[in-house]
Amino acid sequence: MSEAKSLRVAYGEALVELGAINANVVVLDADLAHATMTSMFEAKYPDRFYNFGLAEANMMCAAAGFAHSGLMPFASTFALFGTGRAYEQIRNSIAYVNANVKFGLSHSGLSVGEDGGSHQSVEDIALMRVVPNMTIFVPCDPVETKKAVFAAAEINGPVYIRVARPVVETLTEESTPFVPGKANLMREGDHVCIVATGLMVKDALKASELLMARGIKASVLNVHTIKPIDAQAILERAGACGALVSVEEHSVIGGLGSAVAEVLAGNSAARFARMGIQDRFGISGKPADLFEHFDLTAAHIISRCEGLLKA
Amino acid sequence: MVDDVLAAKARRIRSDILKMLYLCQSGHPGGSLSLVEILMALYYKTLKVDPADPAKEDRDRVVLSKGHGCPALYAILADQGFFPREDLWRLRQIDSHLQGHPDMMKTPGIDVNTGSLGQGASVAVGLALAAKHKKMGYRIFAVVGDGEIQEGMIWEAAMAAAHYKLDNYVMLMDHNGLQIDGRNEAVMGLGDISAKFRAFGFQCYDVDGHDIEAIAAAIEAPSEGKPKFIRCRTLKGKGVSFMEDVAGWHGKPMNAEEYKKAMAEIGGSDDV
Ligand SMILES: Cc1ncc(C[n+]2csc(CCOP(=O)(O)OP(=O)(O)O)c2C)c(N)n1
Ligand SMILES: [Mg+2]
Repeated sequence: MSEAKSLRVAYGEALVELGAINANVVVLDADLAHATMTSMFEAKYPDRFYNFGLAEANMMCAAAGFAHSGLMPFASTFALFGTGRAYEQIRNSIAYVNANVKFGLSHSGLSVGEDGGSHQSVEDIALMRVVPNMTIFVPCDPVETKKAVFAAAEINGPVYIRVARPVVETLTEESTPFVPGKANLMREGDHVCIVATGLMVKDALKASELLMARGIKASVLNVHTIKPIDAQAILERAGACGALVSVEEHSVIGGLGSAVAEVLAGNSAARFARMGIQDRFGISGKPADLFEHFDLTAAHIISRCEGLLKA
Repeated sequence: MVDDVLAAKARRIRSDILKMLYLCQSGHPGGSLSLVEILMALYYKTLKVDPADPAKEDRDRVVLSKGHGCPALYAILADQGFFPREDLWRLRQIDSHLQGHPDMMKTPGIDVNTGSLGQGASVAVGLALAAKHKKMGYRIFAVVGDGEIQEGMIWEAAMAAAHYKLDNYVMLMDHNGLQIDGRNEAVMGLGDISAKFRAFGFQCYDVDGHDIEAIAAAIEAPSEGKPKFIRCRTLKGKGVSFMEDVAGWHGKPMNAEEYKKAMAEIGGSDDV
């Protein structure tokens, strides 16, 4: 296992590495380069970096202009202001014409913590998931974050990479495959499957370990690509376990839980529960306090799995 | 003439801001400290508001559009009696009514939610239009940042405020010259900002943003039936030497040593 690192730092480093091998990569930011860590790319390649100031809508359409001219723009800001304020710019100027724009949007989800509900995007995955042509990656650790950046560069069309703010320990190996649309089974177990994404993968693994001691064999499926969703892997797990629990640092409406439900509907009789933010806005607090408050810890996953198996 | 009482108050508000931010180890010192006299000119010299009845219909409204500066606003609201001063020390904690950005659903005295930059100035346009619609005489004060005005929305708000001749609308800009990624002019230059607002149809004034009397005088100066724009020249991080005019102190927590030093400079107690 390699070191713990903030996902946004992993994102910044990956952009620098990608920039070294692909001269068409340009990076755009909206006065948050020192928060999204595109500042690392700016330091290395100042002539391929464009700051748009506090003007997210303008930045997104300008990114489309870069893409129409044969370049590969990575546009960054906070997840809320990228997917939210610039939603319709992304929808019409980028996705509608399958423009080759990538968005690495940081400070997603509850884990922004103290900034509070105005800054906690609990709906960004939902917003991007309903847009045709969009690919969505939600990396769980620094290694996956880097792989997501490189995988995005291989895709011709818009890709949203959801980058969380906290420092995260490395959970996957350099050698672990990262194939867009192919979920990774990280733990075997045929009683229940915890289907997790992003920051919740760590708690899913912990829950699986603790459940083992309680006689429950819980598999963990890491869904690093929310769109296209890996229907095959989900149905395989549904068949093998008969019970699934999805966990995400996002609303249960429109994100991973919805994507899994759409796969199961009409195709599987497996029992299914969705964990995430239950149609509420966030509040200010330390990230750890918030995960506790919103019932999103390993302990909560354990009781949800046990409850589902008893039901 | 310097008002000693207000000068002492300004010092205490700054020390309250530092203590709040030190305790929660997050938040925005630079843009809170630059804002103190602008908000003091409003709350101690201008506004018709009543802490005992914060929802009174004919009150003046303040929209802190640069919502990340709210520690300054919270300290002033507490001083005015909208809520107990002790509440300040729970800023940004999970059980606190004082959120990281202003929340009208939680905090007495907050008129509009902000934090997503650019939106407050437009909500303020709606408030000002509604006041006219209801034929009421109260005024709306929108406080914006100089980075914030890069948002396209600000100029949509300006267009509408001028179009509807909202002489009950006053925009005050905290012109500290800095935003997150550096100096405004380096990140995304706006050139002569007052000239732009003048061209949009605003009556413009230019003041020392740390001079409470000067800001208050500009607020009361004639607006000739137009919305008003007041450019308040300020220093980001004002009052703490190592924070002054340093972009890096936009949103950085202080360590124990920095807190001690900052408090010593302001003349506050560093007890926590
Ligand atoms: C729409 C939006 N985009 C980005 C941010 C993140 N952000 C918070 S403060 C800030 C810089 C603001 O600069 P300025 O308006 O000059 O504020 P001040 O210097 O007064 O602190 C940014 C980019 C935000 N809050 N809202
Ligand atoms: Mg500024």
